[in-house]
Amino acid sequence: MTERTEVTVNGAPWTGLAGTTVGDLVAEWCTSSRGIAVARNGDVVPKSSWDATRITSGDRIEIVTAAAGG
Amino acid sequence: MAVPWEAMDASIPGPALPSTTADTDLFIAGQVVGSRLILGTGGMTSPQSLREALVESGTSMATVAMRRVDPTTPHSLVDLLGELGIQVLPNTAGCFTASDAILTAKLAREAFSTDWVKLEVIGDEATLLPDTVELVAAAEELVDDGFVVLPYCGDDPVAARRLEQAGCAAVMPLGSPIGSGLGIRNPHNIALIVEQATVPVVLDAGVGTASDVCVAMELGCDAVLVASAVTRAHQPPLMARAMREAVSAGRAARNAGRITRRFHAQASSSFEGMADPWPQA
Repeated sequence: MTERTEVTVNGAPWTGLAGTTVGDLVAEWCTSSRGIAVARNGDVVPKSSWDATRITSGDRIEIVTAAAGG
Repeated sequence: MAVPWEAMDASIPGPALPSTTADTDLFIAGQVVGSRLILGTGGMTSPQSLREALVESGTSMATVAMRRVDPTTPHSLVDLLGELGIQVLPNTAGCFTASDAILTAKLAREAFSTDWVKLEVIGDEATLLPDTVELVAAAEELVDDGFVVLPYCGDDPVAARRLEQAGCAAVMPLGSPIGSGLGIRNPHNIALIVEQATVPVVLDAGVGTASDVCVAMELGCDAVLVASAVTRAHQPPLMARAMREAVSAGRAARNAGRITRRFHAQASSSFEGMADPWPQA
């Protein structure tokens, strides 16, 4: 049986393979990484670390971008 | 004896100012900001309208909010601003605590590779007025972290001074509550902030129409940020053009130096040399 990682992405439960990285998540959620930022458990994950950062069960991930705003 | 009207009318300081014909550039944090009109992008009903308004406004900087990605919509806003050569100014809209605002600013820095942030820390849901205590705390931490902080603040000269002392690159006092269109409710306070500030003063929030922008510039503000007044106008591109011209007119009027207000008339035509066709005997 394959191990799974259960996290919260933008407030919703998300299940992926064990070993999933932040880079994998962004690739799945976004059409491009331009203008995207990620927070993991309240801390920014720099773009340069996305591919080296593995998510672990229970993580709270926020993936954000620009939206219209004053 | 009645108080002279000039003394009662403290909203616009007297003849002030460098009367120059050629205007100077606006610098924020040592960088030239090409246009004195900053545009907010929130509230627009169509992307095409937003594009046209951005172009008509002549702006060189526009604000964006940070929100969760929506996988169903392409994130084209940053691309649009990039295509138009407009600097992205991320805001921390929706944040109610210093820690939320700090995280949002850091996310924006990562997303757009910019140290600039329009810092908003809201203290009340109904009025969206800023929470000055949290705001100053967030400003101090972000300045320490190398951010160029442009704080949205109340029209309180003491709060503005505190933010300046915290190292903010500008202060952005409100004219009236966000999106209210009530204009500048306390012009005297804006004039006091302008008088004391050693960083640029950007009037932010409350503008309803072009005359409000004109007044802000006449009071000596260095720039104006307009969002809802343009994006929610019936014809946003036309209102964007009006705002651009209002900035220009108000700035020129400020530099030209307005006349003193008088309670009674002062003739502009001399009485000397008047014809006297029916001399009295």
